[in-house]
Amino acid sequence: MIIQVEKPVLEVHDLTVSYHQKPVLWGVDFSLPGGVMAGIMGPNGSGKSTLLKSIMGLLSLSGGRISVFSKNLDEVRKKVSYVPQKESVDWDFPATVKDVVMMGRYGHLGLLRRPGKIDQEIVEEALEQVNMQDLRNRQLGQLSGGQQQRVFLARALAQQADLYLMDEPFVGVDAATEQILVELLNGLKQKGKTLIVVHHNLQTAPDYFDWLVLLNQRLVASAPFEQAFTAALLQETYGGRLNMLSTLAQHMKKEQFAAREHR
Amino acid sequence: MLNSDAIWIIFTGFLVASSCGLLGSFLVLRRMAMVGDAISHAVLPGIVIGYLVTGSREPWVMVPAAGLLGILTSSIIEVLHQKAGVQSDASIGVTFTFLFAIGVILISMFAGQVDLDQECVLYGEIAYLPLNPLVLANGWSLGPKMVWILMPLLLLISLGIYLFYTPLSLTAFDPAFALSIGIKVGFWHQVLMGAVSFTTVASFDSVGAILVVAFLVVIPSTAWLLSQRLPLMLGLCLLLAFIISVTGYLAASWLNVSISGAMACSSGVLFVLAFLFSPLEGRVWLAFKKKSQQIGSI
Repeated sequence: MIIQVEKPVLEVHDLTVSYHQKPVLWGVDFSLPGGVMAGIMGPNGSGKSTLLKSIMGLLSLSGGRISVFSKNLDEVRKKVSYVPQKESVDWDFPATVKDVVMMGRYGHLGLLRRPGKIDQEIVEEALEQVNMQDLRNRQLGQLSGGQQQRVFLARALAQQADLYLMDEPFVGVDAATEQILVELLNGLKQKGKTLIVVHHNLQTAPDYFDWLVLLNQRLVASAPFEQAFTAALLQETYGGRLNMLSTLAQHMKKEQFAAREHR
Repeated sequence: MLNSDAIWIIFTGFLVASSCGLLGSFLVLRRMAMVGDAISHAVLPGIVIGYLVTGSREPWVMVPAAGLLGILTSSIIEVLHQKAGVQSDASIGVTFTFLFAIGVILISMFAGQVDLDQECVLYGEIAYLPLNPLVLANGWSLGPKMVWILMPLLLLISLGIYLFYTPLSLTAFDPAFALSIGIKVGFWHQVLMGAVSFTTVASFDSVGAILVVAFLVVIPSTAWLLSQRLPLMLGLCLLLAFIISVTGYLAASWLNVSISGAMACSSGVLFVLAFLFSPLEGRVWLAFKKKSQQIGSI
């Protein structure tokens, strides 16, 4: 189930990536429409993070090409925001919440220009959106996991991008923060932005996404959510794992329920 | 006690300690403190080869020769780690011991011709610095030659950090994000490694290869304990460098021991003090707070 779209925001063409001669992604080929919130899902080691990193040009590709807004990434970097896994950085770094959010402005400022008044306002606004304005001068080491993730999201908001790539933004986050994040992401979608989110919770996926990319080294599906989130495709993605069966059963029940409601 | 020689020695100590502290901050923040250790040892063959080729022990020969070797060292470490899949600490260990050993062999091979010895390279001797002054044609002495290398170096490092604060701090905190906004992370890594190499070598004559690590690692680590923001941490490095060079010199002349050793010890003492008494996370302070909370809760 791979549905290609016209006028894609993101186009991944025959992508192959390997680490130390071991392939992680094989011939991945899909395109993504604008204005959706797309989930990337698959088991551990299926190459979800690798896919995001390849799109951002952080890895050298063994084959294939990627275009963003029909252009090479280098031409449109200012319109793309990447949110790495929060575990990838050292939160003891001597910086405040505001310092990190300001980093979102550097892509626009260039290496030498200092942030101006407008940048300060954008940062302040981003802090308010994630409800962290009271913690703006807090040192990073004193933040909880949820607050760390909010800082990362505020930095992404400060980038004022059109395409957001997020690597597991809901991992290690409390329920209140997850709610804030989801509302914010939906708000961005309503403004016509495109979001690509690596996610691993099958239960919440139907509530969040309207497009789904299923990945297990090879691409299993890329389609509107309802068409991709089927028992057969999930089985193909995750294999016949025992712990999956209950999730699947639950999902099927939900689907029947929804169908009945529909009638 | 503080004659002009003493002032020159303290000033040189300050220059070395602050250059190393500023650059070391970025190494420590990147969790690469031991790369400084590696570079400081691995430049030995560069110094020997530079001497054998030119027959000169002048700093203008030694610094570039060893600096190039420092960049080579960090490149080999990178290649071993990234391309060959060797653990990063193991690739550091493999690289610098090998290059250092080549330096030792070269020195013993040309022992008769080389006016260099391991002792001098390893331990340095800041007390001899005033014996090698820069004298103008008209006979005016401008102080130790090394000062005229170290002073521009410190200015250059400070200016570099000021101008390129954004890429330096961003690549240290979140390299993946830095790459994603188009910052050339690999390039800035090499710039930092090159700067560390030159600084290490320029610091050789005064503090030697081993003690320079104290300045590269201990000063930034102390400053980190005392500050929550990078600009403050860098400023504290300068303050600590000043305290270390003054107290180190005074302690050395009082006890009649090695000056560079006393300066390195002084930085260690300051680290322990910061560890215990830092207002942010000092152990004594934390214990005190805990106790007063307990009392409060009773």
